[in-house]
Amino acid sequence: MGTVVLGGKELELDEDGFIQAPELWDEEVAKGLARNEEGIQEMTEEHWKVVKYLRSYYLEYKIAPMIRKLCKETGFNLKKIYELFPSGPAKGACKVAGLPKPTGCV
Amino acid sequence: MADEKQTPTTPNLDELERGPWPSFVREIKKAAEKSPMSRGLLGVLERSYTDKIGHWKHGGIVGVRGYGGGVIGRYSDLPEEFPEVAHFHTIRVNQPAGWFYTSDALRSICDLWERRGSGLTNLHGSTGDIILLGTRTEELEPTFSELTQAGFDLGGSGSDIRTPSCCVGPARCEWACYDTLNLTYDLTMHYQDEIHRPAFPYKFKIKAAGCPNDCVASIARADLSIIGTWRGPIQVDQAAVKAYTKNGIDIQADVVDRCPSKCMAWDGKALTIANEWCVKCMHCINVMTKALRPGPERGAAILVGAKAPIVQGAMLSSVLVPFMKLEPPYTALKDLVGKMLELWAEEGKSRERIGEFIQRVGLGNFLEAIGMEPRPEMVAHPRENPYVFYEEYLEEEPAEAKA
Repeated sequence: MGTVVLGGKELELDEDGFIQAPELWDEEVAKGLARNEEGIQEMTEEHWKVVKYLRSYYLEYKIAPMIRKLCKETGFNLKKIYELFPSGPAKGACKVAGLPKPTGCV
Repeated sequence: MADEKQTPTTPNLDELERGPWPSFVREIKKAAEKSPMSRGLLGVLERSYTDKIGHWKHGGIVGVRGYGGGVIGRYSDLPEEFPEVAHFHTIRVNQPAGWFYTSDALRSICDLWERRGSGLTNLHGSTGDIILLGTRTEELEPTFSELTQAGFDLGGSGSDIRTPSCCVGPARCEWACYDTLNLTYDLTMHYQDEIHRPAFPYKFKIKAAGCPNDCVASIARADLSIIGTWRGPIQVDQAAVKAYTKNGIDIQADVVDRCPSKCMAWDGKALTIANEWCVKCMHCINVMTKALRPGPERGAAILVGAKAPIVQGAMLSSVLVPFMKLEPPYTALKDLVGKMLELWAEEGKSRERIGEFIQRVGLGNFLEAIGMEPRPEMVAHPRENPYVFYEEYLEEEPAEAKA
């Protein structure tokens, strides 16, 4: 837990590096989260495609889409998504997209 | 970490050490002599018994790069009071099929875990995996890398195919109707993607039992239960049957009368079995191991749908394929599983197990979608047929529609 300054905003992070106030998200925040929390030095077109889809789905439905839907809508298979976000769609991509932490079951 | 801290006093937990049986508290205390993390665990657990509330936050999400499963995040909600267990993540490690280890392999895991985690293990959890309890986020990658070097891989967790697991099968048991170990290894390798990268509505468990004794309880625990069975008559050695009578077995009372389908008779000289009535309960074979054995044409029944109660109540698996030969490369089984997974992944709701899914859409629709014909053996309960619609059910429908 702690706070970071990204894109000129002070943001609170939980212990897994998720921002606590999803409404403060913007593209600069995404770049910062990608770099600091996920080790993604440069956000490519493909990264943005995933992040923007997650973001728009979240704003519409207030939850993260199911992984299968994410793959279909972006046209990336799951392996590709793990290549883009090595910690995975939930831990990696949702974090960069500023979504609340998914409550996956163990 | 501060090693000089004393083991905390734990009056509540001490109660759980009483009695002659094994106690997890005793084991944690033993580990606490060496490990500050285990000491912290004792403290937080005692506190939970005092406060009557669990002090773990639900669902941290942590993992290793490239994998979505295999690590279960745990954080304490009292990190200031119990800094040693502020992180207490669980790692699931894929067990070898049938749980066969060399002592060297076990030693390497235990040594690694004393260095990288709490030293506490659980062999084996109900998932079948080797469970490594308690470590910090920064230890996950190095642990994973050491495990890989030792020849181990992570198992499944979350909404993925969970680590397939099986009974000891033909390695130790003459009743195995197929090679459970080989099948489990084969399926594990075949479904690597699905095990490590969760993509389903919920978990999917595969358990392979060699015979209807079902020593891995697959019928109660696995979404896909593969249970060994045979076609044709039970093999009987009449001389050996007679020998049992000399050794104090009352064949009438101990075997014939206990047959659930009453398919056998004993006239004092020969045991006769009406095999068409046999329900493969294994009782007679279990009692007279030397005299009876499963028929020579062996394979497995494929059942689907078991689950423990979480979102809905508990369910047992029910028969999908009454008999299937199981030989490498197991193409028929993989084709069937592929169709089921595809359908469920596409149409299942979030957190809906495949058994619940089948119940929701109806077995008839499910079969149609995976391209199978209904068969009389597809029963949910013995002597009950889900395809028979009794009239009283049919009459109820219009009444409900009016209301």
